Amino acid sequence: MASKLIDKYFREAHLPHIWCPGCGHGVLMRDVAQAVENLGLDKDKVVLVSGIGCSSRAAGYMDFNTMHTTHGRALAFATGIKMAHPELEVIVIMGDGDASAIGGNHLIHAARRNIGITAIVFNNDIYGMTGGQYSPTTPYGEKGTTAPYGNIDRPFDIPKVAEAAGATYTARGTAYDARLTTKLIEEGIRHKGFSIIECASICPTYYGRKNKKGSAVDMYTWQKENSIPAAKAKDMTPEELEGKLVVGELSRSEFPELTEQYQKIIDKFQK
Amino acid sequence: MAAKKQLVINTKWCKGCGVCAAFCPRGVLALKGEKIQAVQPESCIRCGLCELRCPDYAIYLVEEEDA
Repeated sequence: MASKLIDKYFREAHLPHIWCPGCGHGVLMRDVAQAVENLGLDKDKVVLVSGIGCSSRAAGYMDFNTMHTTHGRALAFATGIKMAHPELEVIVIMGDGDASAIGGNHLIHAARRNIGITAIVFNNDIYGMTGGQYSPTTPYGEKGTTAPYGNIDRPFDIPKVAEAAGATYTARGTAYDARLTTKLIEEGIRHKGFSIIECASICPTYYGRKNKKGSAVDMYTWQKENSIPAAKAKDMTPEELEGKLVVGELSRSEFPELTEQYQKIIDKFQK
Repeated sequence: MAAKKQLVINTKWCKGCGVCAAFCPRGVLALKGEKIQAVQPESCIRCGLCELRCPDYAIYLVEEEDA
C-alpha cells in the first residue's frame, strides 16, 4: 500500500525504512525518486551507489541498479561504474561524514576530474548511525557525543569545498523544501560534469536532542525560517549569513567531462 | 473532468512524527496515540503537502478510481 511514486521506485518489502521518526532522509530519498521520475529516466539505466551511515540505507530501499559500498568510498566505486559504462546515469548518495571526512579525498578528486556523476549528500550534521559523534559539518560550538562541551572545529561548507576542487555544478537544498530540492537534484542529474547537491537533513534523535533543537517539526520549521535563496544571499554580508542555510544553485561552470575525454583517447587509437 | 483525489493513510508505515499534521494548511490531520489520523477530512484541499513531507511515505493522495 503506497503511492505510485513509491510503488515504482522503491523495494516495498524493505519499507518502512529504519530511519527514526521525523528523520529528513526519508523526505530526501523521495526527492531523488521524484527527480528521476520528472526527468523520465529509464530506471534500469540508473545506478545508485551509497557508502556507510544512515544515508547509505537508501541503496537498499530504492529500486535502481544499486550498490552499497564501504565507508567514504561510494564515489570511488561510482567512478569505476561510470568509466566502464558512461551511458549509465550514476547517482551517489552519501552522508556528511561519508562525503567529507572518510571520503573527503574521493570527493575532491571526483570533483577535480569532473566525472559525470551526481553526488547527493544527506547532511544531518552528525554521525547518526553510530550514536551522535560530531562530523566535519557539525556547526562550531554545537554538541555531539564526542564534543560534550561543544565542537571546537569549524564546519566544512561542502558545496564550496567541491566547487574549489572543480565541481561544475553545486547546489544546496533542504529536507523542508522538497520541491526546491527535487528541482536541484534534477538539474544535477541533467548537468554533464560532476554535480553535487548538499541536502540539509534533520536528525531529531541525535543532533536534535544533543543540541536541544526540539522536535522534528521544530527542526523543519528552523530550516524553513533560516533558508536564504542564493540570489538574495549575494547581497548579504557574511555576518548576516551566519548560521543560515544558503539554498538553491550555488555555482555552475564549464569543463570537459571525464568519460568523454577518455573516449576521445580511445578513439584516437582505434583509427 | 479530472478525477477527485483521495487521502490515504498507511498506519503501518506511520511513525507518528507529526510532521504532516504540523504543516497541513487546513488542520486536517492530528496524532491519535502514535499514529496520524484525518480528524477533519472535509477540510482537505488535496494540496499534497503531507505526501511531500512525510518521511515514511505513510500518507498520500490517489486518484479516486485507483483507490
